[in-house]
Amino acid sequence: MKLFDLNAIYVMWLRQMKRFVRSKSRLAGTLIQPIFFLVILGSGFANARFASLGEVDYVNFLAPGIIAMAILFSSMFTGISVLWDKQFGFLQEVLVAPVSRISIIIGRTLGGATTALIQGFIILFIAIALGVPVSSITGLILTFIFMILIAFTAVGFGLVLATKMKDFQGFPLIMNLVIMPLIFLSSAFFPVEGNEIWQRIVMINPIFYMVDGLRGSLIGGSNILHPLVDLFAVFIICSIMLFLGSYFFSKSEV
Amino acid sequence: MTIIKTDQLTKKFNELTAVDNVSFEVKKGEIFGFLGPNGAGKTTTIKMLTTLLNPTNGSAEIAGYDIIKKRDDVRYNIGVVFQEPALDTELTGQENLDFHARMYSLDREKRKNRIKEVLKLVDLQDKKDVLVKNYSGGMKRRLEIARGLMHYPTVLFLDEPTLGLDAQTRRAIWEYIKKMNKEEGTTIFLTTHYMDEADFLCDRIGIIDRGKILVINSIENLKNSVGNDVITLTCSNMSKLVTRLKKESWIKKVKQHDSSLTLGVERGDEKIPIIIEIAQSLNIKIKSISVRKPTLDDVFLSYTGRTMRDDEAYHVQKHNVIPPGRQQRRR
Repeated sequence: MKLFDLNAIYVMWLRQMKRFVRSKSRLAGTLIQPIFFLVILGSGFANARFASLGEVDYVNFLAPGIIAMAILFSSMFTGISVLWDKQFGFLQEVLVAPVSRISIIIGRTLGGATTALIQGFIILFIAIALGVPVSSITGLILTFIFMILIAFTAVGFGLVLATKMKDFQGFPLIMNLVIMPLIFLSSAFFPVEGNEIWQRIVMINPIFYMVDGLRGSLIGGSNILHPLVDLFAVFIICSIMLFLGSYFFSKSEV
Repeated sequence: MTIIKTDQLTKKFNELTAVDNVSFEVKKGEIFGFLGPNGAGKTTTIKMLTTLLNPTNGSAEIAGYDIIKKRDDVRYNIGVVFQEPALDTELTGQENLDFHARMYSLDREKRKNRIKEVLKLVDLQDKKDVLVKNYSGGMKRRLEIARGLMHYPTVLFLDEPTLGLDAQTRRAIWEYIKKMNKEEGTTIFLTTHYMDEADFLCDRIGIIDRGKILVINSIENLKNSVGNDVITLTCSNMSKLVTRLKKESWIKKVKQHDSSLTLGVERGDEKIPIIIEIAQSLNIKIKSISVRKPTLDDVFLSYTGRTMRDDEAYHVQKHNVIPPGRQQRRR
């Protein structure tokens, strides 16, 4: 058995892509929410003045947070969809095939990350069309790197959930009780700069580093940490999540 | 040539022994069936043979490869059709086959030809571009059988191939199974709890109950072991009649059940008057009597003392509490 079976990786990736292209409602569903956030929240708070933002427009501040959120949700969902395969029996078909589990995970992760990134890029273009400035070419490249890392992290987290959960009952609970608070506490929607307590709280939140890094690299301001510091943190988080995800998946029995 | 060979294969889930020291052999080109009620250990055996579960004890070889040490060689040599459908319903039939072939590293040319071949075998050519979610139950089964054959497996495992299908579709699936066994020479290992299915399809069967194999033989031999004819009768004072009948050498087998008695005999129609005479001499009143050719149900009855139907009730009572670890497996 080859550890990295390109055929299997490609099949798992292609499967995700085909499913993604075919389920228009899912694409629409995952795009509409962030667009609403960006457009409605962005224009609603346009006249509000946050002291720490200074001259920066609120929508510029908001855009990186929304991009991070869109990628997080979408890739978490593809990670969790392993549970779907388990319930519908398709996972068995994959597991009796002569391919290594690591290839299956790589293929799925790449597929999930690709679909999430497509959605992330759509939001990014919409944001730019709305007038969100791009700081620099290096900033943009760094933005892409952040987006990719965010996608992989969330797929990994989704895989962990998928192997630990028996069915979908717990999914909304985790979204509402864990993910939403973490996003609220990540400085995605409002600045935490200047508020001592907030600033300390966000430091233990992994999503903060993603949002802050994305903000620092895309709009080149309003960030708390240097983008490269954020990048380092996100890279560590991503590695841990991917490791945990593939570890639990390879241990799971059908 | 032996394709499947197991030696004392055992699987325990906590304190429950699902498969208990099972040893058997399946020869090349044969259709071999495991017949037994739900929960007898059929699916667990298949899961071990297809490398999805590790045995607790014992060993097995498929096409000469050990199921634990040579997993990958085993996987190349087997096709599996699971009890629950295992298709991607968001893909078309053709895509399901194509993805399968890619995972088994068939090259482009082979993939194309083989897909055509297997689709023809199960008559799904004109439905190949339809999304599987729009397939009927029978079509899904056929597609799964086709997929199981894609990579020219030495042996195809079918776990309850016609479960939940209507009578006509079942018949059709049986024909496909026979056809591929004949045309492709694929060895087939199937499990079923339908007597008629085992009867129609299998060359040899193993009767499995509560994790143990009770007997393995050809269907003909099994039926003959019960007697050429089976006489079923109900009467008053059954035990008295049984004691008396057991002295008669022409009766191959006497079995007393809750409400009836079955006797295995030669030329059953000629024996009915004799039995009635014996009963009358003992002052026993016969309420009903009939003679018929033995079925697999009689075979099952004679080896387990229960019919398969009794067994369902038994399992409902006994396994009401699902032991942990089986929950996920059984779903």
